[in-house]
Amino acid sequence: MTAPISPAHNAEALRRDERRERLLLFGLSLPALIMVLLVILVPVGWLFWLSLFNDEGVLSTYNYSRMLESKSYVRIFKTTFNVSFLTTLICVLIGYPLAYFLSQLSKRWAAIGLIAVLLPFWTSLLVRTYAWLVVLQRKGLINQWGIELGWWETPLRLVHNLNGTLIGMVHIMLPFLVLPLYGSMRSIDFDYLKAAANLGANPTKSFWFVFFPLSLPGLFAGITVVFVLCLGFFVTPAVLGGGKVIMVSMKIETLIDLFFNFGTASALGVVLLVLTLAVLFIAHKLLNLDKVLGSGGGG
Amino acid sequence: MNWLQRPASDTQITHGRRLWLYIIGVLILAFLIIPTLIVIPMSFSQSQYLEFPPRVWGVRWYENYFGSIEWMTATWVSIKAAFWTVLVTTPIATMAAYGLYVSNIRAARFIFVLLITPMMVPVVLIAIGVFFAYTRLSLNNTMVGLVLAHSVLALPMALIVISAGLRSYDMNQERVARSLGASRLKAFLVVTLPQIRFSVITGALLAFIVSFDEVIVALFISGGDMSTITRSMFLALRDQIDPTIASISTVMILITTAVFLVAQVLGKSKSDNS
Repeated sequence: MTAPISPAHNAEALRRDERRERLLLFGLSLPALIMVLLVILVPVGWLFWLSLFNDEGVLSTYNYSRMLESKSYVRIFKTTFNVSFLTTLICVLIGYPLAYFLSQLSKRWAAIGLIAVLLPFWTSLLVRTYAWLVVLQRKGLINQWGIELGWWETPLRLVHNLNGTLIGMVHIMLPFLVLPLYGSMRSIDFDYLKAAANLGANPTKSFWFVFFPLSLPGLFAGITVVFVLCLGFFVTPAVLGGGKVIMVSMKIETLIDLFFNFGTASALGVVLLVLTLAVLFIAHKLLNLDKVLGSGGGG
Repeated sequence: MNWLQRPASDTQITHGRRLWLYIIGVLILAFLIIPTLIVIPMSFSQSQYLEFPPRVWGVRWYENYFGSIEWMTATWVSIKAAFWTVLVTTPIATMAAYGLYVSNIRAARFIFVLLITPMMVPVVLIAIGVFFAYTRLSLNNTMVGLVLAHSVLALPMALIVISAGLRSYDMNQERVARSLGASRLKAFLVVTLPQIRFSVITGALLAFIVSFDEVIVALFISGGDMSTITRSMFLALRDQIDPTIASISTVMILITTAVFLVAQVLGKSKSDNS
């Protein structure tokens, strides 16, 4: 026996039910949220708190003002920016032709080419850095061959300096630039190019006035990802830089490993984080960040 | 050279005029692949130094690797950590992706961004933060600590891939199942999960790779018997170029390639089905 239900009462109950279910479903993300909170947000927040105290444990901006005053810290930030900028620039210069090349191939050939782009992607970063060390070192392959062929007499200094760092980093970053760029080139409607040809543009002109502007969103997405990843890079400059290229993240590691100095290391980390977020924020304003993240996960 | 005169695209440019592009493209592809792959033949050298091609072929450096207790322990630590990371990350990422997608509340977008912060925060900052927190919790040099940290690092990738899978799935199918009397859990397990399983598997494999390749966090929080293979390799690389690492690299290339081949094979059947 069911009592007659008033429609208004029923609607109220249904709404309550729906709200409860939504909250319940939302609760499914709680384990993930708690983990991120425990492992990332609380420790990083804690470090931020530590960075606000000087060596005597007094609240001060000492750790931050020191960064501006001390020449060595300024130099480290300059190096980090230089290396990131140069790596991004070289990636663009060789990544754009590569993406263009792949986008002009038939789907089947492009798939083979893409495997070549993805192979380094799934090979351990450390393995690739090691490979470059083997290839570039004093008695390495390049020097061995160059001397045997008589191209140069004394071994070139290709590694344990800026050259080696840049070669290694470009190699590791290139797929991050090529993949989003290739995606955006593939989505260009070729009727536009036909229209340009029909209106009398030669291939060079139709490339620069039609194709290139349409490929820019993918290019910017790639540049953002590469630049941000470079800012925090550690392994490759540490191994291939030979102590001559000191990036912020390497300084942080030294401060903890040798001096157990959490205050200064944290301050450096916070500045690095702020710089990273600033780059991401600017990129977000200039282009849709979803595209950047989507392409990162798609690989 | 007939092919050279043939048009390469609809806008009348010929393959001949594009030859420079093809040459540059192939050269850049070579730059991407050769340095990685060259380690494989070099690792089969019998001599004391790495050479290409090796003058005397042999498995000396593999004997060195497989005979060393330290390298073997480190390898097992890495493999175990990667497996545990997959087991922790996959269900948690799937739950979060599903919950955020279906609950459709306004905060979902914000929570999603929060959950992918591990991808945006510089790893070295995460590493010292985790190290600092673990020192208090005495979780340094433990498997639990390592897996927890790696799971959080792997979460964004898995979450993004699984969310993308859900977006391309027609949720009406689950509604149909529920209107026919299935509970939400049953509808998810029987109807939805089988259809998004390829994104879930891809997410799991990515989690494996993230953990297996991770260097920086492991550098701080693992050590002694709990040292990961990447940590030991990194420390060895800083000092000298031990040819043993060439053989370890080859083994690592094999492991990650195997993992990605599995992903490819499973991904193939996806396109066959639809």
